[in-house]
Amino acid sequence: MLDANAIEKTVTKVSFKDIEQRRVLSINYTPNLQYAWDNGLAIGRYLAELKRGRIIGKKCRSCKRVLVPPRLFCETCWRPTDEWAYVQDTGTILTYVVSHVNWDASRVKPNERYHTPAVIELDGTGKDQGILHLIDEIEPYDIKIGMRVQAVWRPLEERIGTITDIKYFKVIK
Amino acid sequence: MGYRRVAIVGAGLTKFHRYALETPKELAFEAVKMALASCEMELNDIQSVCLGTAPDAFDGVHHNGEYLTDGAGAFRKPYMRHFVGGGTGVMGPIHGWFHVASGMFDTCMVVAEEKMSSIYPHPAGAFLTIFDHTTEQPIKPTLIWIFAIEMARFMHKHGYTKEDIAKVAVKNKKNALDHPSAQLGSEITVEDVLNSEVMAYPVNRLDISPTSDGAAAIILASENVARRITDKPVWLDGIGYCLDTAYWCNRDLYYPDYVEVAANAAYKMAGITEPSKQIHVAEPYDPFTYKELHHIEGLGLCKRGESVKMLLDGVTQRNGNLPCCPSGGALGVGNPIAATGLMKVIEIFLQLRGEAGKRQVSGNPTCGLAQAWGDLMQVGTVVVMRR
Repeated sequence: MLDANAIEKTVTKVSFKDIEQRRVLSINYTPNLQYAWDNGLAIGRYLAELKRGRIIGKKCRSCKRVLVPPRLFCETCWRPTDEWAYVQDTGTILTYVVSHVNWDASRVKPNERYHTPAVIELDGTGKDQGILHLIDEIEPYDIKIGMRVQAVWRPLEERIGTITDIKYFKVIK
Repeated sequence: MGYRRVAIVGAGLTKFHRYALETPKELAFEAVKMALASCEMELNDIQSVCLGTAPDAFDGVHHNGEYLTDGAGAFRKPYMRHFVGGGTGVMGPIHGWFHVASGMFDTCMVVAEEKMSSIYPHPAGAFLTIFDHTTEQPIKPTLIWIFAIEMARFMHKHGYTKEDIAKVAVKNKKNALDHPSAQLGSEITVEDVLNSEVMAYPVNRLDISPTSDGAAAIILASENVARRITDKPVWLDGIGYCLDTAYWCNRDLYYPDYVEVAANAAYKMAGITEPSKQIHVAEPYDPFTYKELHHIEGLGLCKRGESVKMLLDGVTQRNGNLPCCPSGGALGVGNPIAATGLMKVIEIFLQLRGEAGKRQVSGNPTCGLAQAWGDLMQVGTVVVMRR
């Protein structure tokens, strides 16, 4: 049996205000950590192709998927992948969100557009083979699962070899 | 089989609260102290310690598991930490089971601690780095996005509505009114959920569990030792755990296959062939409202696509045929990540002993289940318990 009185005494309840106004004392710390992440061979090629305006995957002949992002091994068949394969920059929305919050839980400001990330199955990859990206050029609450979309690329001179070389996906007929 | 039977013999739980003054070590100390007192044991009686705590980023302390050992009573004892995101709490009894079932130790203290209030401005920020740094982080994803993404897919596949799913929050927050550790017990309506702030459609604020500080602990013992400690041991008769691929966009999110795999392993071990009949009370993981339903389906407590019917028919209410989250769950009791899963295990422990007080489910249950979930839509941890 849980003892309600004992449980009540385990925690001293304070509030954000108590901390903010320093009624309880705390130490502040902001880490400054820097990393250079290696991309590996597969993601390296993926990024280089994005810079050229193309999306490349790697095929697994065993499960017939074209893996995007590409990897040197198929994680489900647990074998090396086979040939490189370009896939289309068009696809289908598998699922999506209309997010009123930013990554750090702050709220989207009234004059800003809600974030509309989606999982998009690119044509040529295989069933349920999605990537995470953003949808734009449509009212957020007009987005529907199953809509057809196409990548909107940054101009060539602005591309640096990153997933955001695709600005977003727009809905196509 | 080549292992010993393992029982839970004692349990301790702190209050769950958004900002606790206590340090992580102090929270762990309180939970461990209560667990020992609950079965009249002393720290000297404990032979090994297993501890779960979620990302080090919450505390800003690397090797956080080692840092917590003092509070967990692990001084000069065999000690191991486990970590599988939100699945960590139910991984605790699984981890401890190996220590005792193997014959290596006769007793094991399993501790789960989480203090989420240390990180500013909000613990959500710590989750950015769980996503792939090259292919996903540049899009600035947040944890709520992937829950909303999964919820939208789940609703789309089964035709569930937000009104249906909101009833999980109504049920769990009401159940939590009777839980002494609860942070958010309240009487709310479906309208309250639907009218609460939209965080990321289809997720509203009241669809989400709170951020919390808190700790939990249980004591495991081998069969002969357990019977000396208590007249009412609760046996860990089935364990199962499984991780799916981290390429979470490359599978259909409407169904948690990894939970099914974990559950089936636990059922096989416990000799359960019809979970919806043989499990009498369950604590599926409910960090978001839809997650309870998603997991009920993955656990095979109903057929795919029938969890909402089960909810609407009252089957999962505390007085229903298969009560789910009678504690109040993460939505009502609170969600100090690792401690939440262990809180669920403790609820089943109390329910099977008939010691859940006002929360006691009817029907004199003899078999229950606790489950947690975590990482990138990836982890299922399941324990089946019997008295």
